[in-house]
Amino acid sequence: MSAAPPLEHPGINLGPAHPETKETKEKRGELLFGFWVFLMSDAVVFGLLFATYAAMLHARAGGPGPEKLYDIKSAFIETLLLLTSSFTFGMASLALKYDKRREELLAWLAVTMCLGALFLGFEVHDFLSMFHKGGGPDRSAYLSAFFALVPLHGLHVTSGIVWMLALIGQIRVHGIDRDVKLGLLRLGLFWHFLDIVWVAIFSTIYLGGLA
Amino acid sequence: MSGNADAAQSQGAEHARELRQYLWGYGLAIALTLVPFGLVNWSVLSRHGLYLAIGGFALAQIIVHFRCFLHIDPPRQKTDDLQLVLFSGLLLFFMIAGTIWILASLAARTG
Repeated sequence: MSAAPPLEHPGINLGPAHPETKETKEKRGELLFGFWVFLMSDAVVFGLLFATYAAMLHARAGGPGPEKLYDIKSAFIETLLLLTSSFTFGMASLALKYDKRREELLAWLAVTMCLGALFLGFEVHDFLSMFHKGGGPDRSAYLSAFFALVPLHGLHVTSGIVWMLALIGQIRVHGIDRDVKLGLLRLGLFWHFLDIVWVAIFSTIYLGGLA
Repeated sequence: MSGNADAAQSQGAEHARELRQYLWGYGLAIALTLVPFGLVNWSVLSRHGLYLAIGGFALAQIIVHFRCFLHIDPPRQKTDDLQLVLFSGLLLFFMIAGTIWILASLAARTG
């Protein structure tokens, strides 16, 4: 491990093999640093919603609570789906870095996208079943806080999928050029970051609520 | 020619190292997910013990994700990236702990 080169920026580093991503006005490290700043500020938004949720946890106004509304099996499946999609995105990053065939990169991206879509499917199903049990966002302060936090993460996943579709389109039209490479590096940071937010969600909300 | 072969070999070694890092991250994250879900599903501990265990496993898993998936590796990292993570962590701690402290105190005094 000691022989490993220094890191230019968070996430996978393409190294000296992809010079076109470096020959820009700004350096590659600076371009990704900007996105890293955005992610950390996004983490602060999520953190405050977590704090709001914790403060509102017992403000139920006689409405249903976590034991009645959450489903541990569904949360478990969602966790495995998102975690696996983080791993498959890692494989896509390696396919990009080591110049594997374009089909391999596209295949890993497609698998990641399908896992993300399945995750969303399960999540929407969860929300609908909560509505059926009388647990919509208008029921209590606790449920307002829940529906501010968890669907916001789902929206992030949705935008990650749209972004992935756009990059796949770019690859088909322009090939794997500089902009596609930088886009994939940013999307990788975004996708792995969303998985970290999900770890906080399943731990504090689902497991904490059902403990 | 030998220079090219050396470069190819060192690239191969880096590839193997990075692949191992993703595989380790995936394996560890799965393990750190399975244990707390199992503990809660079968209510192995008291409620207080469960909260502590969930918090500990979540923290460990977040560190694994940062290390293996986001490649945050303190000795190799540029100081800006690392300081930003640490500063954001500090901000999050102040804001979350402060919010919960103040609102819990308010609830206790008015409820």
